Amino acid sequence: MPEFIQNFELTAWWILAIKLIVVLTVVPVGALAGGYALHKVMAHLQHRLGPMYAGGFHGWAQTLADGIKFVLKEDIIPEKADKPVFKYAPAIIFIPILLLYLVIPVDRRLIVQDLDVGLFYLLAVSSIPAIGILMAGWSSANKYALIGALRSAAQLIAYELPIVLSAATVAMLAGTLSVVGIVEAQDWPFLFWPPGIGLIAFIIFFAGSVAEMNLPPFDMPVAESEIITGAFTEYSGMRFIFGYFFAETAHMIAFSGLAVTFFLGGYRPIVPWEPLTVIPGIVWFMLKLFVMVFLYLWVRPTFPRLREDQLQKFAWKGLIPGSLGLILVAGAWILYAPEWLWH
Amino acid sequence: MEAAWQEGLFFVFATVITVSAIGVVTARNVIHAALFLVATLIGAACIYILMFAEFVAWAQVLVYVGAIVVLMLFGLMLTRAPIGKYGEYDNDQKGLAAIVAAAVFGVTAWVLIDSFEGVELPTDRVAATTSKDVGEAIFSSYVLPFELVSVLLLAALVGAVVIARRDERVTSRTIDAARREKAREEDV
Repeated sequence: MPEFIQNFELTAWWILAIKLIVVLTVVPVGALAGGYALHKVMAHLQHRLGPMYAGGFHGWAQTLADGIKFVLKEDIIPEKADKPVFKYAPAIIFIPILLLYLVIPVDRRLIVQDLDVGLFYLLAVSSIPAIGILMAGWSSANKYALIGALRSAAQLIAYELPIVLSAATVAMLAGTLSVVGIVEAQDWPFLFWPPGIGLIAFIIFFAGSVAEMNLPPFDMPVAESEIITGAFTEYSGMRFIFGYFFAETAHMIAFSGLAVTFFLGGYRPIVPWEPLTVIPGIVWFMLKLFVMVFLYLWVRPTFPRLREDQLQKFAWKGLIPGSLGLILVAGAWILYAPEWLWH
Repeated sequence: MEAAWQEGLFFVFATVITVSAIGVVTARNVIHAALFLVATLIGAACIYILMFAEFVAWAQVLVYVGAIVVLMLFGLMLTRAPIGKYGEYDNDQKGLAAIVAAAVFGVTAWVLIDSFEGVELPTDRVAATTSKDVGEAIFSSYVLPFELVSVLLLAALVGAVVIARRDERVTSRTIDAARREKAREEDV
């Protein structure tokens, strides 16, 4: 037996490395599964069957086949493009999304690193992909791409605030920025209690995250029927997959995880009754995650795409004043609400 | 062991910051300069993390990278930012700017060395400040500067709105005047 294995000790570094490998495998697999869910859920909501052929059983291998197809495709870089910026843009989009997964608590101890400023870290990291989208749109030397990138940036600037402010409400109610602390602070029925505050924060967070990820009905930046997938018009092959398709699905799953953590009690059982508390936290987390992912997929074919000015109006005149007001209400609640109302 | 790691990583990040900062001023394309600025800011955030100032680090990323640079890129791309090299960004104030930059560097370095010489910085997580400490410091000992900065930012915000709206009113008024003028001419 090599000396290396004999002297092997499970140090903190090794644990970290194993956790990172787990994240690096879970994210692509999750993105593939999410892509399949997207095909199937949308199809059934629209009274279609969706993919049925690939793999045999209800087309389960469809996204896998798509993935192989995209890997084999030629990676085309336009002649007039700004080549280094064009090449690295998908990485700038995808890496921050991977980093989001480091702080999502799947179970009480199943988390890569519970940071003291976890919530703040998540918000900071999730704002970086916008730079990648701007890079992609600008460097493509294509007007559709540039319009898509600009729309995306305008949307991010408008919807960053409601997300941050509704998350701040969560942090106030929980009294901590650590994600595990936030989950632990949530008793049944989670942060939907105190009445209304949590629910409104959840709705604002949900609407804001749909817009930040450029998902329909806020998908003007990618609007395939008018500006041909916006910033990614010129992309093909692997860069397209990582910059757009994988990134979108992985982002959606990550934000579902955040919503579950912030508002739905994370890995805790939905009601603290005897037989339910035996079920491990990871099962609860995954169940809630599926519900959230389904919610994101549900709004997708349900609402028509808004117009750009309607979107800006909705953010600046609706969500931002609403979330600021919510912070005031939450502060008043924390200071003045009698103890018995909390539980 | 820990300290050696920190020192090594410090030099890595310092190199990244320096190289990209030079990139910001020497790039021949504004967008490239702005992207170098992103690298500089993220490098600075890495150094904050190295010193266990996590809150400052992520505030840096959220505010500067996620909002300010995005806004800068948005403004540049919306106005004039062709692909490729274009124009000369150097002007007559080059020498003056170098002197000012050197002076700022000198003063900052002197202040830092003067106040932190011989102070042991925390090398492990336990001794580091938490977000709770930061919050308590801001809202107790430093509440007055905090409020002052808030009022200043509010004033700037109101100012921006006033400037943006005055333009709009003037143009709509001039358009109305022009329309009335035209109508009068048509009546005659």
